[in-house]
Amino acid sequence: MEVWCGMKRAGCTAVNLNTLKYFFKETYHALTRNSWLSLSSIGIVTVSLIILGASLLLVVNGEKLTSSMESSVEITAFLNEDVGKVERDTIEEKIKNTPDVASVEFIPKEQALQDMKKSFGDRAELLESMEDSNPLPDAFRVKTTEAESVPSVAKALEKIDGIEQARYGQGVVEKLLTITHWVRLASAATLTLLTLAAGFLIATTIRMSVFARRREIGIMKILGATNWFVRFPFLMEGIILGLTGGLLAVLVVDLGYLSLIKRLQISIPFIQLMTDQNTLLTILGGMIGLGVLIGALGSWFSLRRFLKV
Amino acid sequence: MIQFYNVSKVYENGVKAISDLTFHIKKGDFVFLVGPSGAGKSTLIKLIFREELPSRGHVMFNGRNTVRMKGRDVPYMRRKIGMVFQDFRLLPQKTAAENVAFALEITGTSGREIKRVVPQVLEQVGLKDKGKLLPGQMSGGEQQRVAIARAIVNEPLMIIADEPTGNLDPDTSWEIMKLFQDINRRGTTILMATHDSDIVNTMKKRVIALSNGSMVRDEESGVYRCES
Repeated sequence: MEVWCGMKRAGCTAVNLNTLKYFFKETYHALTRNSWLSLSSIGIVTVSLIILGASLLLVVNGEKLTSSMESSVEITAFLNEDVGKVERDTIEEKIKNTPDVASVEFIPKEQALQDMKKSFGDRAELLESMEDSNPLPDAFRVKTTEAESVPSVAKALEKIDGIEQARYGQGVVEKLLTITHWVRLASAATLTLLTLAAGFLIATTIRMSVFARRREIGIMKILGATNWFVRFPFLMEGIILGLTGGLLAVLVVDLGYLSLIKRLQISIPFIQLMTDQNTLLTILGGMIGLGVLIGALGSWFSLRRFLKV
Repeated sequence: MIQFYNVSKVYENGVKAISDLTFHIKKGDFVFLVGPSGAGKSTLIKLIFREELPSRGHVMFNGRNTVRMKGRDVPYMRRKIGMVFQDFRLLPQKTAAENVAFALEITGTSGREIKRVVPQVLEQVGLKDKGKLLPGQMSGGEQQRVAIARAIVNEPLMIIADEPTGNLDPDTSWEIMKLFQDINRRGTTILMATHDSDIVNTMKKRVIALSNGSMVRDEESGVYRCES
């Protein structure tokens, strides 16, 4: 009896099936006791994580679009209607001799129409009326050695006789970059605020839970319950709130994104959304992880403040 | 079992609860703690239970200094002390048996062991057939028996009772006292704070009397007297 300290402890630190059963029972009671507060905590975690998921997808897609546009920045030099075969060869030679030009490719008007049809996908029939009198001009597709020299090369090309116009994606890349930059900033700010709010609400829920059980906690202290034994059910409560919020958010974001992909494929087929499974799983997994983290931290702070054992 | 060495306790708000208290309680002792309200009885109990730390001096329990004890060791020390209160402190939504079982759940006892021990202890306190009743369905005396059963179920070295008969009529009080005597005969040390002069005078046990935080009397087979 006198050697209680060492002996009893060995028996108590080992995770015990009865203790686990007790924890699950207590956590379940805690969640159902403050059901409205629990629901609103879950709700705000869900909303925060939906915003996180949506803005992450927006940024990822914005980056995909920017990089695909950056790599495909090329100049299309449209020829005058009356340019013949011989003149065309001279023009091609002149383009090749322009500084910073990497490659030149002739695109006859027939091929231009075919390319256009491809990008219209299912709606290609809209272009069928154009088959007979193709309004598109012949063109050269010019690639530069560096993306920065695109504007200067385009200017030089327009001075060549027989070239009506030299076009490239003016400003589009820059605009996309600015947009993704702002999306990133705005979502980071919103996310920080919402994460704090979610953590705070979970902390409040746990605090109410502690308050509702203060009598029981006092008795547990008297009976020699360890800090962990007292705290664990509350920590579990917070984690389950966060986890549920995370799972709901994943459900919403995943279903929403999949249906968006389907819709876009039908209505705007030339915009390709990111469909990489690994990236998608990372984002969704991150949302769940953050939900659990918010729950654990929220309840931990609450327990540190309101549960002096 | 318990040694106080020149213990003083001043609370943060400046209240001097205990001043320069030195006494010992041996294993197996039965000690009454008497004195008017505010004399420091509750603080003395809190110091043993390490709910409070002394401002000066040392408190030893079972050979260990509570001041030097690490926070994580405190729960294991408390399991060696059974506490009984005037207001019983039972969980109202749990039955008598569940209240007793709760003390065992906290110490990680197996379900089989709990099923074996709880009826034994309930029988020991005279509640053999009342295990399934809720505290609200029991009399004050019966509730206090449940509290005592919960206090002894982990086989503590010591029972500390803070006015255990304060809410009970004289007859019931005597029944509870017989129970404590019983427990004491089995070797468990008992320290009981009380205002009940009848009980103290009849039982002829050791009496420690406090007044204004100081010990004014420590007698073997003493009586209850009002010191001022």
